[in-house]
Amino acid sequence: MSILVNESTRVLVQGITGREATFHTQQCLAYGTKIVGGTSPGKGGTKHLDLPVFNTVSDAVAATGANASVIFVPPAFAADAIMEAASADLEVVVCITEGIPTLDMVKVWRYLEGRRTRLIGPNCPGITSPGKCKIGIMPGHIHQAGHVGVVSRSGTLTYEAVQQLTQLGIGQSTCMGIGGDPIIGTNFIDAIRLFNEDPDTHAIVMIGEIGGNAEETAAAFVKANVKKPVIGFVAGQTAPPGRRMGHAGAIISGGSGKAADKIKAMEEAGITVCATPAEIGEKVKSRL
Amino acid sequence: MKIHEYQAKAILARFGVPVPQGEVASTPDEAADAAHRIGGAVVVKAQIHAGGRGKGGGVKLAAGRDEAAEIARKMLGMTLVTPQTGPEGRVVQRVLVEQTLPIERELYLGIVLDRAQAKPVLMASAAGGMEIEEVAAKTPEKILKETIEPGFSLMPYQARKLAFGIGVPAPCVNAAAAAMTALARAYEAVDASLAEINPFVITKDGKVFALDAKINLDDNALYRHKDLAELRDLNEEDPLEVDASRFGLNYIKLDGNVGCMVNGAGLAMATMDIIKHAGGNPANFLDVGGGASAEQIKNAFRILLSDKNVRAVLINIFGGILRCDTLATGVVAAAHELKVAVPIVVRMEGTNVEEGRRILKDSGLNFAVADGMRDAAEKVVRLAQ
Repeated sequence: MSILVNESTRVLVQGITGREATFHTQQCLAYGTKIVGGTSPGKGGTKHLDLPVFNTVSDAVAATGANASVIFVPPAFAADAIMEAASADLEVVVCITEGIPTLDMVKVWRYLEGRRTRLIGPNCPGITSPGKCKIGIMPGHIHQAGHVGVVSRSGTLTYEAVQQLTQLGIGQSTCMGIGGDPIIGTNFIDAIRLFNEDPDTHAIVMIGEIGGNAEETAAAFVKANVKKPVIGFVAGQTAPPGRRMGHAGAIISGGSGKAADKIKAMEEAGITVCATPAEIGEKVKSRL
Repeated sequence: MKIHEYQAKAILARFGVPVPQGEVASTPDEAADAAHRIGGAVVVKAQIHAGGRGKGGGVKLAAGRDEAAEIARKMLGMTLVTPQTGPEGRVVQRVLVEQTLPIERELYLGIVLDRAQAKPVLMASAAGGMEIEEVAAKTPEKILKETIEPGFSLMPYQARKLAFGIGVPAPCVNAAAAAMTALARAYEAVDASLAEINPFVITKDGKVFALDAKINLDDNALYRHKDLAELRDLNEEDPLEVDASRFGLNYIKLDGNVGCMVNGAGLAMATMDIIKHAGGNPANFLDVGGGASAEQIKNAFRILLSDKNVRAVLINIFGGILRCDTLATGVVAAAHELKVAVPIVVRMEGTNVEEGRRILKDSGLNFAVADGMRDAAEKVVRLAQ
């Protein structure tokens, strides 16, 4: 099994005619994802990559029965794109875009309250249920279907973990990058809860990084609710305070958001925390 | 993006926060003229992007025009070291000359994003003048908070609640509340990531003022604030970081001797961590991003090698979208062109990795190819010693 996306997920690409969107739509199609169309305001009625293009998400949903979307629009328009997707009642919306102003995301978060849409991202690589559906920019070939759920704030560290698992012959149920921004739609707790409820996920990998306290709150959730083995890593143990380490959300400010505090909270919750990212695969193997 | 105190105060004043009368000066003569126009005793404040200036001698009182000029003469051009600048300090390029005020009480006001709620919060405390982190650590009950609802901004009742809560005397509550709602409007209008007034003072004659102010701007929103983007002060940034930002590279200089070039912020941080774990010290954080071009790879290389402390370089790439053969071609071209003398360890995984490894091997250059991150870190640390 898997969480959130599978072989029956029908995906729209918002901003499908852009360069990045075009490339990744092809990659997702090659992986076997059911991409049913895309949007590009003003290009409705045309075809792109042999897929129908629509002016609005609601037109696209009416014509294709899509229930998910992936957003590749530039940062200035991405918040609007997320709200458009939510207004059309899509179940899962993955926003790849990096660089959305924080106050735009404050608005988006408020807009999503009480709606059925689950947002993944922004500033994330996407979500893959191996062998079934890949929505986003992760390299498909590193995945293998199986029973470990992976959730991470970082894109390339997700790939790192997934590849180590696959090389050890350990498959994954679903792998998702939840994004490196301060405000994201799906957080660790949301993802871990879903993995915990999925009978086919037998262990969970969570990869955090400096900034905020999402790892600490997730650790408390794990301690109270999760019986499955959880293996973790926190990037940024050597990051200087007060500096944004690439991701908008990766900053130690005023003594909070430090890797050491996160690791401590995770270990106290019974999570196996890896000292380096090189041992994620081995640690998972040891707890299966 | 950080801005100076005088710039932050100008923004706050525009939204109706009372600030002391003041002028910025970059020469002693300008400081003297400013002091003369303001009249009476003034305070001369060094303008650098770091707090704790008073402790480092960056805030001085002057009785009048001549003394203001004298202080400015000493302060301008001096390297100011404060608890926040690090030992290298910052060179003072400008001073702010301000009227002095008869201070009765010092309070704290600050707006930050509460990530868990995904909304900004205004924090207020009676412990003004102290670092808010210190107050939060020692006496968290002394910090009051109100959430700013999107679309409503800070409502007057919330501001009054905070004002009464931190002990603002009743006759001053309306003025204090007005300053708080103005602070919230400014935070939202300029897309701030932090807007802080510390201390927020009440004077003996019952007025309120932002005695010091700090605003950090959301880099992601600068595209819609062209005027604010111009406030960037390159003198306050490391020259190599400025250079890197011109090529869309995320580079942060550190003090070790192992240069790193990585794709992805998380992997770049984890690479620094594993270098440390192997007994070395990273010289920098460098994320070249997911779709780096050969030109960007070359510039990334040039920048990390211009750090004279670098003894060895680790290139750690997980080619998802960035193909390993593209990366290898860029690295080989850059190494030839830049005549790289330090040893380089390359760890590549992902798309077209075999082709990438072949390009490195056939280049005739001295690359050590590593198998996995642990091997890469151990190799590069050994080479840097």
